[in-house]
Amino acid sequence: MQLDSKIPEGNLEDKWRNYQVKSQLINPANKKKLNIIVVGSGLAGAGAASTLAELGYDVQCFCYQDSARRAHSVAAQGGINAAKNYQHDGDSVWRMFYDTLKGGDFRSREANTYRLAELSAPLIDHYVQQGVPFAREYGGVLVNRSFGGVQVQRTFYARGQTGQQLLMAAYSQLYKMIRAKKVKMFPRSEMMDLVVINGKAKGIIVRDLVTGELKRYAADAVVLATGGYSRVFRLSTLAIGCNGSAIWKAHKRGAYFAAPSFTQIHPTALPQSSEAQSKLTLMSESLRNDGRIWVPKQQDDNREANDIPEDERDYYLERRYPSFGNLAPRDIASRAAKERIDAGYGIGRLKNAVYLDFKHAIERFGLETIKDRYGNLFNMYKKITGIDAYTTPMLISPAAHFSMGGLWVDYELMTTIPGLYAIGECNFSDHGANRLGANSLLQASVDGYFILPNTINNYLAGALKEEHPNTNHPEFAKVENEVKQHLDKLLNINGTKTVDHFHRELGKIMWKECAMSRNKIGLEDAVNHIENLKEEFWNQVKITGTGNGFNTELEKAYRLADFIELGVLMCIDALQREESCGAHFREEYQTEDGEAVRVDKEYAYVSAWDYDNGDFKLHKEKLKFENVTPTVRSYK
Amino acid sequence: MRVIFKIWRQESAASKGELRSYEIDGLTEDMSFLEALDHLNEQLVLKGEEVIAYEYDCREGICGQCGVFINGRAHGPHDNMTTCQLHMRSFKDGDTIVVEPWRATSFPIIKDLVVDRSAFDRIIEQGAFISAKTGTAPEANAIPIPKTIADAAMDAAACIGCGACVATCKNSSAALFTAAKINHLNKLPQGKAEQHQRTKEMTWQMNEEGFGSCTFTGACEVECPEGISITNIAEMNARYLKSKVFG
Repeated sequence: MQLDSKIPEGNLEDKWRNYQVKSQLINPANKKKLNIIVVGSGLAGAGAASTLAELGYDVQCFCYQDSARRAHSVAAQGGINAAKNYQHDGDSVWRMFYDTLKGGDFRSREANTYRLAELSAPLIDHYVQQGVPFAREYGGVLVNRSFGGVQVQRTFYARGQTGQQLLMAAYSQLYKMIRAKKVKMFPRSEMMDLVVINGKAKGIIVRDLVTGELKRYAADAVVLATGGYSRVFRLSTLAIGCNGSAIWKAHKRGAYFAAPSFTQIHPTALPQSSEAQSKLTLMSESLRNDGRIWVPKQQDDNREANDIPEDERDYYLERRYPSFGNLAPRDIASRAAKERIDAGYGIGRLKNAVYLDFKHAIERFGLETIKDRYGNLFNMYKKITGIDAYTTPMLISPAAHFSMGGLWVDYELMTTIPGLYAIGECNFSDHGANRLGANSLLQASVDGYFILPNTINNYLAGALKEEHPNTNHPEFAKVENEVKQHLDKLLNINGTKTVDHFHRELGKIMWKECAMSRNKIGLEDAVNHIENLKEEFWNQVKITGTGNGFNTELEKAYRLADFIELGVLMCIDALQREESCGAHFREEYQTEDGEAVRVDKEYAYVSAWDYDNGDFKLHKEKLKFENVTPTVRSYK
Repeated sequence: MRVIFKIWRQESAASKGELRSYEIDGLTEDMSFLEALDHLNEQLVLKGEEVIAYEYDCREGICGQCGVFINGRAHGPHDNMTTCQLHMRSFKDGDTIVVEPWRATSFPIIKDLVVDRSAFDRIIEQGAFISAKTGTAPEANAIPIPKTIADAAMDAAACIGCGACVATCKNSSAALFTAAKINHLNKLPQGKAEQHQRTKEMTWQMNEEGFGSCTFTGACEVECPEGISITNIAEMNARYLKSKVFG
């Protein structure tokens, strides 16, 4: 299949307007006849569900959590970017577009990235209207702060809980439409598979997580807003329930998967402290404004941090990147930490961390100022580690975080299956090979509130003329039966090892070979290892309880079964891309001093994978840069 | 580290539950409380037993999905903390730790330590929103909101909806939860238009759901992971009166 990104005609600045002028409209009386399924209730899902309902569509929204308010958008701390230029510091849509494109190492589409920047300003208006208590000046105007990789102040925030506050607004708006009986909400409901009839997405099979019952839902269009898949590494900053199953099932039904290996490793999370650990807590990127990162100059140094004299400390980011220092972008900072840890300079009980030290900042600005700036983060650190970071440096370590990759979508956010849309983190669109801080809340929101409700009409106008989908269609029975067999098979293995055991093993392989630094031999090994792990999983996993009821082990198992398959594709994708760009660092493609070497001539494309009975076929969407010239990212 | 968990097991809302003891070894002080339960569940699977059901998602104290009674306190021995933020270093080797679900009529048990908190969503549904459609917003700086008001709204808006306030209250009152949301929106200029209706309908729904009344014991603010102050309830009561007079 030829990939058509459907980029509209015209100048970059005019494309979105041109698109809207030419897109189809549906009259209000007809909209209510059209049914849309939205899977996920985070910023993208809740935003889309409520807005589509306001427009008059009949919406059904599903989430696996006990309430829409738990979606993992809730956990974003730092803020949301918008080109408002409130600080009068020279910001503009163009500058934001360029920062985002460059931050992604020129591996995203110009038109999509421009639209993201263009719609950022009205999004702030929207959230203020919905009651988000953004930080304000005494006079009442909105405040901004800086974030990594950018030289202007364009980040809006609500304390260290920006994601939570935006999600509460989205959840409120969703419940407003639930009250109006335009949205029907299904919490504790997990999408198990997609139903495709005559090549079009027509519904989903859902498992009720309380009763275990499989249910069928039909719709004229299906929207996936299911978030990121970095739990493939097991240890990540994501919520424990985050999974890639919905998009993986859609992929196996025909949706292309784009750039699966583009996953961001965040440099400042709390280190793993034991084998039993389930989660790595993120410490906001903002800490790097005042904290200095270092390791001892001597390997296996077992002295306490405060006993190590200044001249025996290696401030390696400042040493390697003198102009950006501790504020080097995420991919760079993470790799530099890994380099030191691998070389034997790591600290902590497991020798897997580096220091983030506020001693100099406290000396310079005073304890009160540092408390005012980061008090909540220091408190969080104390709650989790029991350590007072005002007197002894924090221990931090890189952790799997965001997935830039996801289902391939065109400009309309439609996947390669007609009628199936992917919005928010679960798609591949705007971030290229590396996402800038405070752009994820933005992308999820813009996709859900502004883009999808405009673009879905073009497809639904055609759906009006077709027969309304019905769950009695034999395809629903067939897919439901396949889901049932899949679950029964899992339950009947009755092996000797737990689901968590296999997840830990998968995580170790992925972390070692497909995270911050990758090479051909390692990736090839990883593919073999994961294939073996898959076989062992399907022979040796043990799940107690039954499928008829609340069974968290079963939930974990079917999510893991998909992660294992996704892990293989991530490695294959990393193998084919013989260059280093953004978060994808191939050891074979680096300069003498360890910097990334991008190969634009051959790899300026989006990899899009087609699933073919266990094999993956590569399609390439060439990236055209008509308005900017890709340059080498340097932070020296 | 070795502890004895005494955990509430209950197959479903309709069945009878009981506390069961589980001795578990091989824990470390660095483990979070939920990781200790994960560890216990892995041992149960290997023994062929059904796992204990308990809730969690983000495991960083913000999603509000986790929450159990630990040794008689909501979210365990510390003030203002979620269950997922609790670590085993708060216990001693050999301790017995009693773990129970939230107890409130309005939070029926689903299984073991899992309860149904959808009553909270239904309170939200009755007016915890600003009736404005996507696409209708004026410029964000068009309506100035002084820092003191924005900060006060944020203090109330920080609620994570975990239900600890209800679980710890001897009356099972949802007053702190409801007050926090009403005050967040009613303080802001954007929320003023619907303030009286919001107050009346949300408090009405709170009573409909069977939550008890507030008698100002202050137990809720001790356990609230976000430290939301009980003064919010007094403010809600004042707003309620105002809505009766002006609404």
